[in-house]
Amino acid sequence: MDGMHDLGGKQGFGRVAYPSRPHDETWEPLVRALSAFALKSHIYNMDEFRHAIERMAPRHYINAPYYERHLTAVATLLVEKGVIAREELESQVNGGFPFAGPIGPGRKAAPPQTFEIGDRVRVRNEYVPGHHRMPGYIRGKVGVVVGISPRYPFPDSAGHGVQAPMEPTCDVRFRSRNLWPDSCDDALNHVGVFWSYLEKLEST
Amino acid sequence: MPHDQHSFVAPPEQRAAALEIVLRRKGEMPETFVHDFTEHAEEKWITDNGARMVARAWVDPSFRRRLLADGTTVAKEMGFDFPEHHRQLVVLENTAAVHNAIVCTLCSCTAYTIIGAAPEWYKDLEYRARVVRESRTVLREMGLDLPASVEIRVWDTTADHRYMVLPAQPPATVGWSEEDLAKLVTQDSMIGASRLQAIAR
Repeated sequence: MDGMHDLGGKQGFGRVAYPSRPHDETWEPLVRALSAFALKSHIYNMDEFRHAIERMAPRHYINAPYYERHLTAVATLLVEKGVIAREELESQVNGGFPFAGPIGPGRKAAPPQTFEIGDRVRVRNEYVPGHHRMPGYIRGKVGVVVGISPRYPFPDSAGHGVQAPMEPTCDVRFRSRNLWPDSCDDALNHVGVFWSYLEKLEST
Repeated sequence: MPHDQHSFVAPPEQRAAALEIVLRRKGEMPETFVHDFTEHAEEKWITDNGARMVARAWVDPSFRRRLLADGTTVAKEMGFDFPEHHRQLVVLENTAAVHNAIVCTLCSCTAYTIIGAAPEWYKDLEYRARVVRESRTVLREMGLDLPASVEIRVWDTTADHRYMVLPAQPPATVGWSEEDLAKLVTQDSMIGASRLQAIAR
């Protein structure tokens, strides 16, 4: 989905607050542990967790600290999976307990294809309503494969709790000026791209 | 408690506590889980892990080759652990001519068991949005003014492998012990936000 989380290349943001100010919120390690518990217990998988964050209302996402986004995702998934009831959580707090928005069906992987280091590839011009791991800034763009990964669960299925095929990714190298012509610093941009998101081009 | 998006939202610390209470009440979560997990995370998943790998790579060429070829195996041999979804550690070599920088634009993925929990700035929207498009400008704002001759390579962590930068060794430190070298290596240098310099031992 083209959600608020897909930040790469978005303009208008100011300087990075660096170095970070000292930060000590005791509820944050608690959220980290609760999230780890649910993940280790296989109540949900990592892609379902990421997608639950992506499903947060954009206004909530953009204003919430990092671990509040995690908190919202864990609570949403535990309710959706039937482990706990929404009312149980709401009865424990004074005020609203925001959850992420509803989940859609997800999608299957593309027919099998293979890639090798050195291949020229284009990222498919796809607009996916559910979870995926293709940042918008590479959609439809051409790059070169510089690495092949082991096989991972296909996010577009796994993120929706659907049986996911295992699929490798390519580390694809793009030139920044091909991604954002005339308005970027010169660099090589690399993105880990699932094979289902790619099509092979003829070599030149 | 009924609410809509305009009503007062309970503070996150209250919502986190509520989640813990309800999970415990279900008997889903062992009594000691939060304590034990937090202790493990804080004691085992530390920047020193990556720093030790970097220092050894600087003094041992065959270790360096193996680290660059298969970081996962090397990290496990040194006793470091990975969560289930971190399936590969990819180590990126900085040189005089190449500077690598890591980001996760879609969330905030890092090799946290190897370089320690991600710093706040790495998770901030500003870094995620800008470093892919304005890498040289952002690094300069953060205090790293790279010569124009240095090629910048940005790596967006969108899949289940995790990147770590192998910083270039400061020339003045050649001959130092592995232990002293490890003390030089910062978390930021393994993300690519800084390059290392020798400091007095």
